[in-house]
Amino acid sequence: MIQLLVFLPLITALVAGLGGRAIGHVPAKIITTGGLFLSAALSWVVFSQFWLSGAPATVVPVLDWIQSGDLDVRWAFKVDTLTAVMLVVVTTVSALVHLYSWGYMEEDPSQSRFFAYLSLFTFAMLMLVTADNLVQMFFGWEGVGLASYLLIGFWYHKPSANAAAIKAFVVNRVGDFGFSLGIFGTFLVFGTVSIDAILAAVPSHAGQTFSFLGQTVDVMTCLCLLLFVGAMGKSAQLGLHTWLPDAMEGPTPVSALIHAATMVTAGVFMVCRLSPMFEASLTAQAVVTYVGAATALFAASVALVQTDIKRVIAYSTCSQLGYMFFAAGSGAYGAAMFHLFTHAFFKALLFLGAGSVIHAMHHEQDMRFYGGLRKHIPITFALMTVGTLALTGFFFTAGYYSKDAILEAAFASGTSHGQFAFVVGAFVALLTSFYSWRLVFLTFYGEPRWAASEHIQHALHHGHHDTEDSTDSGLEHDHAPVAHSAPHGTGGYHPHESPASMLIPLFVLGAGALWAGWLWHESFVGAEHGAAFWRGSLAFREELMHAMHEVPAWVVWTPSVAFFLGLLGAWFAYLRSPQLPARAAGAIPALYAFLTHKWYFDELYDAIVVRPSFAIGRFLWVRGDQQTIDRFGPDGAAAVVAGGARAAGRFQSGYVYSYALVMLTGLAAAAAWFSIGTDVGGQ
Amino acid sequence: MPILSIMILAPVLSAVLLVALPGMDARRARIIALVTTVVEFALGLIMWSGYENAAAGFQFVEKLPLFAPYLDWHLGIDGIALMLILLSVFLMPLCILASWESVKTRVPEYMAAFLIMESLMIGTFAARDIFLFYLFFEAGLIPMFLIIGIWGGARRIYASYKFFLYTLLGSVLMLVGMLYMVGEAGSTDIGVLSRWNFTPEAQFWLFLAFFASFAVKMPMWPVHTWLPDAHVEAPTAGSVILAGVLLKLGGYGFVRFSLPMFPDASAQLIWLVLALSMVAVVYTSLVALVQNDMKKLIAYSSVAHMAFVTAGLFALNTQGIEGSLVMMLSHGLVSGALFLCVGVVYDRLHTREIGRYGGLADTMPRYALLLLFFTMASVGLPATSGFVAEFLVLLGLYQTSTWATFVMTTGIILGAAYMLWLYRRIAFGSAAGDDTRAMPDLSVREIAILLPITAAVLWMGIYPKSFQAPMKPAIASIVARLDGREMATLPTRMTLTPGLPVNLLPPAAKAAFDMPMAAEPETHR
Repeated sequence: MIQLLVFLPLITALVAGLGGRAIGHVPAKIITTGGLFLSAALSWVVFSQFWLSGAPATVVPVLDWIQSGDLDVRWAFKVDTLTAVMLVVVTTVSALVHLYSWGYMEEDPSQSRFFAYLSLFTFAMLMLVTADNLVQMFFGWEGVGLASYLLIGFWYHKPSANAAAIKAFVVNRVGDFGFSLGIFGTFLVFGTVSIDAILAAVPSHAGQTFSFLGQTVDVMTCLCLLLFVGAMGKSAQLGLHTWLPDAMEGPTPVSALIHAATMVTAGVFMVCRLSPMFEASLTAQAVVTYVGAATALFAASVALVQTDIKRVIAYSTCSQLGYMFFAAGSGAYGAAMFHLFTHAFFKALLFLGAGSVIHAMHHEQDMRFYGGLRKHIPITFALMTVGTLALTGFFFTAGYYSKDAILEAAFASGTSHGQFAFVVGAFVALLTSFYSWRLVFLTFYGEPRWAASEHIQHALHHGHHDTEDSTDSGLEHDHAPVAHSAPHGTGGYHPHESPASMLIPLFVLGAGALWAGWLWHESFVGAEHGAAFWRGSLAFREELMHAMHEVPAWVVWTPSVAFFLGLLGAWFAYLRSPQLPARAAGAIPALYAFLTHKWYFDELYDAIVVRPSFAIGRFLWVRGDQQTIDRFGPDGAAAVVAGGARAAGRFQSGYVYSYALVMLTGLAAAAAWFSIGTDVGGQ
Repeated sequence: MPILSIMILAPVLSAVLLVALPGMDARRARIIALVTTVVEFALGLIMWSGYENAAAGFQFVEKLPLFAPYLDWHLGIDGIALMLILLSVFLMPLCILASWESVKTRVPEYMAAFLIMESLMIGTFAARDIFLFYLFFEAGLIPMFLIIGIWGGARRIYASYKFFLYTLLGSVLMLVGMLYMVGEAGSTDIGVLSRWNFTPEAQFWLFLAFFASFAVKMPMWPVHTWLPDAHVEAPTAGSVILAGVLLKLGGYGFVRFSLPMFPDASAQLIWLVLALSMVAVVYTSLVALVQNDMKKLIAYSSVAHMAFVTAGLFALNTQGIEGSLVMMLSHGLVSGALFLCVGVVYDRLHTREIGRYGGLADTMPRYALLLLFFTMASVGLPATSGFVAEFLVLLGLYQTSTWATFVMTTGIILGAAYMLWLYRRIAFGSAAGDDTRAMPDLSVREIAILLPITAAVLWMGIYPKSFQAPMKPAIASIVARLDGREMATLPTRMTLTPGLPVNLLPPAAKAAFDMPMAAEPETHR
């Protein structure tokens, strides 16, 4: 069953990708979407076996892969509770996104290619979560990277999309650099890359030291941190996060599937999968916590000032991933996975909802040109509100359970990094609530500000009727500064609600965003049921789960207070007195610029990495190869002989003859040497 | 059946026919060459199927005294030679097909040059007599000179001159070394020489003499500058053979001669090889990033990949050497395919300038897909052959030197950067001009050339066992020969070798291994 579940998306991807031209768009879409729904159904069967009936963990071997010396890597599927959770997340969101794309990509001329990429991505992600060894996990890791590269650059006519695609791949490779070194080091220490064997041997290697780059370092700390660099790349943690906001160049369904619900959570999954290793190093846990907390804060602060609806949600994703990491760093791996699980529902919902808004607004993504949309697209509005409630942690929604669990666990962990993460996390909850409601208010409330939008203008002037049948066109849309005479008003434009194929996935995800937390929190983070649910597939600290339930009342109430404060602030700043944000920005221009420039990370990397690489490359090529090696090497030699032989002018077969001559002379000399040698020896 | 002799002599026979037969025209010449190379490939497959994977030592041995005791017609293959011969005979028919339409002048001579080269390549890998090896090894370059010099581009004279100068220097030193060795051991048999224990001092000088030749062929930094020029000027099929087979001669030389014959010197001089490899990866990757000529870019990436080969070989352990050999095979396929891809668009637009392309994903979707595949294989995406190679090399190297691994692994970042940057400029965006837009997609002939390589790359990436299994006994004997040699240590403590006895380590590292950890890792070699 697991083979069918995993390989089905690969087969459908190949059929749709290679045969899409032959069989046509609709069959390609039916095959890929149908395959994914089947995979999703099978995943729920697998999950319920673990959830309800406590099936044992299994490893299903498939094929030998790389064997060399002691290294023995096989293609194999490992299925346990942790895998099962990831299976349902990946296949469910993927199936819904496939369905959603029927509407969203309806008019795209290369939509079979799009569906093939989506299915290919799903296959790679399934290989990642079912990996029973680190090398196969790396296969999935790189596979999802490839699919992400292809989908970000799907509209390859746009220079910005191409740049974003390359950036995503290369930044992820920086993470893979760490991941690779981690795998090599793990093999050196453990003599195996099998995850089960490694985790079983962790206790016997804890506290040992080995030599890395000439330094003597703690084995577990070094390996965990190297592997964590990989996780940071894939999960867009501070320092290696710069690719994620740019990845919004891809079509919106891609953002929902890859850059919110599944691929970016692979780093969290990896840390949980290897949690016994991280448990053996307090330093590594502290680093994971600090990086997670810093990312949560950084991304939330940047999200406050973004005007592109997708970028707000992208930074929000980055920030929520930070929560998952500091939960893991605090030792609450169950809580990290729980937030991963609930986040998949409400963040996919928010992205797909944003896609529905963008669809209705004729590809306009700038919230400054939205406003008053709740009356025009009420279903989208209602579901976006559900997603926002879940994200901001309103009572009894999915996010309420998972975010509270993380904050309580961080507080209860009793470590200084855990306490730090709690403080940061509580503050970030406030920011989250603020920017999320800001998004809702700017988009759905207030007066329409559509008239100034170039996209709306374009729609009006080129026939309004085509609003529904064309998605993001793939052309470069530059936002000219808003200099129109009438920045407000509808401009005579009428947004339409999206078709059913796009709304059905929203309803399903909305149900998850509302009830997934209530339904599963006992299993994922419950002190009584948690251990029985996970059954050793991650390091589950029961005493921490107990401690979580005994934190002071003010800790329990903190996230809810943060929720209301953020909501109140957003209401005040964007509905009550809308001129306030501009005045605030004017009052503290330095901070505002710092945030709008995303803490200047891109500028910094451009100045210290990108441009120097090209400059050094040019220097080495011209100064190194041409002006040093060639000048003193062959060209210098040519200059010496040129006078007599006019070497460069002669037909080159002359060289062949002289070359052959040298070789034959050499052999003749050899023959002579030995004839003499034997003669002398013979006498 | 003396299958190796047949494989060596059959192409020569065809070549003679091509040049000598009266009334030979271009069409007939192409067909004769294609038939010959396909037969050679079939013979190669027969040989593979008859090869005993588990058996140590050499198979299909033939011995015919020619000028005894100085030169015997002594042939035989182990798994390493088998795989490299298979690579050569696999690429040859594809090269003939690739030249089908693009070569129009002196076609019979051109085909004859390729056939002679095939014969010499097989001879190089199959030779068991050191002078016979030398003959094949050096003579193999003559047809390449002709191919570049006669059918090459505008600056072909300069390119072949550079090629000549470098190889001449290296081969003279190697010949002197060979003369000394034969005088010392009293035999020209490579098998005897591989077991002969030269004194460490002699090994040191012999190693350097051979190194001069192999480093140029590899090519290693800083004697690599002939390669970009040679590639740029060579016709497409010439580039394929140059990258696919000729570059493997250096690596083959290291495996066949340097490691087993001079094991002490190899262990002592790993710092030299590793340092040059580390420089090469970073240096040539950065240079590749700024190239505007497709062939130059791929040529520089070849230098970086070959640095992985040398680093893996001089990790001196099973994974490193095995990875290097897989890298040689993988690079032969992938860079060969990339040069073929360049040839496809060069035939249409007659320029290698990257800026003249763009938007090929629109106009040539099949081409864009295959180019993407080979791009990904070049950057070592798992499930392609490039990953298996890189992974094994770096895994092996990590056990010898973490510093070297750290630096070499940056190659996976830089490699992604320059290859994706190349792909973006060729396939994405929009066409640079109307002539670019008008280029037709792949023809059936071109697909027939590229698809077999695609299949081979995937096969080697998903189930490399088929290719690794024959090579294992040969690699095991080399590793056994190297086992226990005293490795060099650098002042920077670059080499920290937990796989080796603790008394070889510098004091600080030794202290580290006095801790409980020390018990574990001696099994990793």
